[in-house]
Amino acid sequence: MDLAQTARTEALRAEARNWLRAHVPARPLPSLETAEGFAAHREWEAELYGGGWSAVSWPEEYGGRGADLFGWLAFEEEYWAAGAPGRVSQNGISLLAPTLFDHGTAEQRARVLPPMASGEVIWAQAWSEPEAGSDLAALRSRAVRTEGGWLLSGQKTWSSRAAFADRAFGIFRTDPGVEKPHQGLTYLMFGLRDPGVTVRPIGRLDGKPAFAEVFLDEVFVPDEDVIGEPGRGWRIAMSATGNERGLTLRSPGRFLAAADRLTELWREVGDPEDTGVRDRVADAVIGARAYRLFTAASASRFAAGAALGAESSLNKVFWSEYDIALHETALDLLGPEAEAADGAWAEGYVFALAGPIYAGTNEIQRDIIAERLLGLPKGRR
Amino acid sequence: MPFLLDDEQREFARSLDALLTAADTLSAVRAWAAGDHGPGLALWRRLAEAGVFALAVPETYGGVGPLPVETAVALVELGRHGVPGPVVESVAAGVLLGGVGGPVAKEWLPRIASGTAVVSLALEGYGPYALDADAADAVFTVAGDELRLAAGAGELTRSTDPARRLFRPEAGGEVVAAGPRVREAARAAGTWATFATAAQALGCGEALLRATVAYVKQRTQFGVPVGSFQAVKHRLADTLLGLEFARPLLYGAAVELAEGSPGAGAAVAAAKVAAGEAGYAAARTALQLHGAVGYTEELDLAWWLRRARPLRDAWGTPSACRARVLAG
Repeated sequence: MDLAQTARTEALRAEARNWLRAHVPARPLPSLETAEGFAAHREWEAELYGGGWSAVSWPEEYGGRGADLFGWLAFEEEYWAAGAPGRVSQNGISLLAPTLFDHGTAEQRARVLPPMASGEVIWAQAWSEPEAGSDLAALRSRAVRTEGGWLLSGQKTWSSRAAFADRAFGIFRTDPGVEKPHQGLTYLMFGLRDPGVTVRPIGRLDGKPAFAEVFLDEVFVPDEDVIGEPGRGWRIAMSATGNERGLTLRSPGRFLAAADRLTELWREVGDPEDTGVRDRVADAVIGARAYRLFTAASASRFAAGAALGAESSLNKVFWSEYDIALHETALDLLGPEAEAADGAWAEGYVFALAGPIYAGTNEIQRDIIAERLLGLPKGRR
Repeated sequence: MPFLLDDEQREFARSLDALLTAADTLSAVRAWAAGDHGPGLALWRRLAEAGVFALAVPETYGGVGPLPVETAVALVELGRHGVPGPVVESVAAGVLLGGVGGPVAKEWLPRIASGTAVVSLALEGYGPYALDADAADAVFTVAGDELRLAAGAGELTRSTDPARRLFRPEAGGEVVAAGPRVREAARAAGTWATFATAAQALGCGEALLRATVAYVKQRTQFGVPVGSFQAVKHRLADTLLGLEFARPLLYGAAVELAEGSPGAGAAVAAAKVAAGEAGYAAARTALQLHGAVGYTEELDLAWWLRRARPLRDAWGTPSACRARVLAG
């Protein structure tokens, strides 16, 4: 048992550190959830891609570096420690790309992945519907067979980044005659500016249009944009949300960097006599370390051939609650200044508040932990 | 990497689990609490034969250590089974005397490693008590840069956990070593005691969670197992979460101890906070979900319920450990 990295990982880490030192913008970009900020973050994605850093774990043919999980974790530590911008391509890279690697065709990968990595095409997700949130299989948006493809109709909502993104992916009901709700669903991709698509941005709590409703009225999707077999969309989507909850949505590097910034803030403005706040700062440091080591253990099991199943629910509950606690501690240290909306901590706090809700609510995750990891009986929700 | 126990370490855990399951450990716990050390000392010798007490003792003195990963593996198992006695103190004494060296190390370390001597320990800065000193062949104390062999066990102070017997060692006693080496060795021994207590706390929490999961599956109310209710499930999910995020901190600290990393002290403190709090949270969950019968001494569960809080606070309170984490 050890935590030593291979020479390859250390070389990747050193190269990333040097590149980031030379390229990370000196001043923070405008908020990613504004038109101006979205454009600036898109440009940053192109710069990352130019350096070969936008998707280090992908094969080289699609713009990656073929890094293993440990290489990716090391890159992420360097990325966030360098204070680099948030990733506007995250939905595509961490959700759609793994689905394409597992279930897509070679043609789809060659067509979709390089522009995803370069930021030329930014992807939004289209899962939830007004009547299908935690009970996602209750979704009603449908895709009807037509010549050479499908016609999408219905409504998707809480579609992160859809206000400014280019394309979206999600699951649609293609066979309404099935007995079970998670049957007869199909996974497909469509353009957010295609004929028949209407996007209505939704302001999140701080008013920024971080997500949107998407109305679909007979939107044509060619067969080439169906992922996997029609009717098998649920299973394909679950493999992606498993991934989302698992290792790649929130890397430990992000929280290690945040805990470092919190500790700096505490040393600058904290009252050394206030052990209550001191203990919460310590908990942020301990939590970041715990998350890093938990992830190292998961990655080690994964590398040894184990499948990561329900333990990804532990991971998701942990980071989402950790993120809020860390930001609350920062706001407490800032005192009356915490209310100023344009600070990095205030924006981070609003972002963190969504964590326990998206990617499967923490209530759903706790059900999964209790039933699949502890073997407790299923009951009414 | 990999950051995983290897086959041999997992087999070590399994063999200790089997030994302690077969040995009727709980009877030894009950006897120990009543002041009868016989069954507990018999168990001690069997654990010594399995190699447990040699893990922190250097090879030059008849041990196989220091092996922090194996120590964590062993103490999680001992914590899970509630093994009585100055286990943590004997581990820490191995580190203390190993660091001090000289005649006192030659005299005691081979006996600690082989289980023929049980020792207890009180270190300045960690509270006044030497655990189970009445069962120990030697009680060491360190104050400043002096290591003493206590003149006697001292007076018994009852613990909230009847199987933990607290003694304030008699003042004075022979000085068996002195100087900066003692101070340095005591610092390392304190870190190891914190580390070993964290491992015990994690094991204690695992036992509490396991017992409670079994209970809520078979206890029915309103015609269904109470474990099918979401309020019950979610509390147990959070309990598992706490334990599963404490575990990598414990083994991460073990790796840093093994490497002699300068960050090992902070890593151990982080593990102690997380394991101590997770073990105690497991006790609160276990008590609440067992309901009234959990609040009695009629269930075996009581032995673990009463141990979680002392383990959280012994050898480094949460507050002291949090301060240590920020000190780097």
